[in-house]
Amino acid sequence: MMKSTQQLEQQLKRHSKAAKLEIWGKVVSFSALILIVAVVVGIIGFVASKGLATFFTNHVSLWDFLSGKSWNPGVTDANGKPEVGALPMIMGSFLITVLSAIVATPFAIGTAVFMNEISPNKGAKILQPVTELLVGIPSVVYGFIGLSVVVPATRAIFGGSGFGILSGTCVLFVMILPTVTSMSVDALRAVPRYYREASLALGATQWQTIYKVVLRAATPGLMTAVVFGMARAFGEALAVQMVIGNAALMPGSLVDPSSTLTSVLTTGIGNTVMGSLQNNALWSLALVLLLMSLVFNLIVRLIGRKGRLQ
Amino acid sequence: MFLSNDVQGNTEMLERHIVQPADAEHPTILSTEDLHVYYGKKEAISEGDLRFASNQITALIGPSGSGKSTFLRSLNRMNDRIATVTGRIMYRGVDINQPSIDVYEMRRRVGMVFQRPNPFAKSIYDNIAFALRLRGTTDKHELDEIVETSLKQAALWNQVKDDLNKSALALSGGQAQRLCIARAIAVKPDILLLDEPASALDPVSTSQLEDTLLELKQNYSIIIVTHNMQQAGRISEYTAFFNQGRVLEYDTTSHIFTNPQVQITSDYVSGNFG
Repeated sequence: MMKSTQQLEQQLKRHSKAAKLEIWGKVVSFSALILIVAVVVGIIGFVASKGLATFFTNHVSLWDFLSGKSWNPGVTDANGKPEVGALPMIMGSFLITVLSAIVATPFAIGTAVFMNEISPNKGAKILQPVTELLVGIPSVVYGFIGLSVVVPATRAIFGGSGFGILSGTCVLFVMILPTVTSMSVDALRAVPRYYREASLALGATQWQTIYKVVLRAATPGLMTAVVFGMARAFGEALAVQMVIGNAALMPGSLVDPSSTLTSVLTTGIGNTVMGSLQNNALWSLALVLLLMSLVFNLIVRLIGRKGRLQ
Repeated sequence: MFLSNDVQGNTEMLERHIVQPADAEHPTILSTEDLHVYYGKKEAISEGDLRFASNQITALIGPSGSGKSTFLRSLNRMNDRIATVTGRIMYRGVDINQPSIDVYEMRRRVGMVFQRPNPFAKSIYDNIAFALRLRGTTDKHELDEIVETSLKQAALWNQVKDDLNKSALALSGGQAQRLCIARAIAVKPDILLLDEPASALDPVSTSQLEDTLLELKQNYSIIIVTHNMQQAGRISEYTAFFNQGRVLEYDTTSHIFTNPQVQITSDYVSGNFG
């Protein structure tokens, strides 16, 4: 009796191969987690330390940075202060983001409705691969097409150089359209089929069902799609830089050359010396970008939470 | 054993036994003629010609996959984009299975309640007002009145009258299903189609729902698909037994349950198969 109990205990306490594998699995996935967290914290910390140096080391006031209209970090103005006004770029970034989202949203939702509600078969066969293809095109290609088609067209229609926020919006519209579309499709797909059936069985037409039931129920998801599109537009650098004109000036009109946070960063970052004010000022722009993408993420989270509560 | 089997008289059993309702007080309101339903090339309903008596409850029973839900959904053309339905569906003398029929207007007269309670993510009030507003009723007094009478008819008014503006998603399963019934009758249909309306409900809610249906038959003609044979026995006047896309037996409920003429029906209602 005693012996068999001991045997059983031994068997049960034995460290089997499966148990060892389990420990290994935990170690591997936990270290992956640590790595990711370390990278994120590292990036935020690095950008913050560099970006904040403008204010703490170079003693630029935050207000001058955010509201100043003249960007020329190497030069000091009449009062002896460096010209690091980032308002033109912040304005440029926001304008181009909001405009492209405003233009893209109706097209994206319309496409998504067609793909998911009106013609699911054709949608799946034709539009799905097309949107996926659009996502996969590198941004330099978009920028190049913008440079050789959109900019001359803008120049021909509105005069001026053709570079500016309008051209940037046109390029970004095409770039964020697939993102917003495919996320809108997901949002519509998440609306339970029985909502549609209930509505149709009550005598609603298909359009009434889409408009009054499906789109309403999908609103949080659709808003998330738009915010994701805006985040992409806000962070896009290369294509925008190629068509916006890169003049760090307050945009007087949509067809004047102007700039965004990202375009100034990509054009300027190679021409400055680490530790100099010029360099730190660029890091401050990067910090603004980083904070804004955090804000976009936060908005997406908030919308998601609100959607769940419904 | 051998003897008793013989005595029960399998020889007298019929292959198919259809007795259409003939009751002058409850004339036929809806009937199907030469109805066939196809999913692609597969025929889902091959023999389904039934007449439904007005202001009565007709139960459609049969094993899973027998086509009873498909049949029901064809009656108000909910299968339009899913299946091909041929033949005639005569509603008060009009064939509603023609392309020229306005299905949206037709569905106002032939309402439907589904297996799973499916209120919209709106308030209780807005759920019921939904179809009315779509039809252009905007008068607040009129809406209030219809919401109240519909909820009363569905036996839900007393439980929700103080919470009309609360979300319908907060209702219990039984309440939500009665809300769906109230929503369906708010547009004052003639016929109410119910597709296993109690299958997601607990016994108490089921019993309340059955009481509600018995009340409703004064004003509506009801066709109900059910898996629950006791339920069919409790509430329906007529019962149709479906098997493999065919109606094998149709008669008064008491006949179907006490004296079935078809062997498979007999097996099914006595619980030997299905």
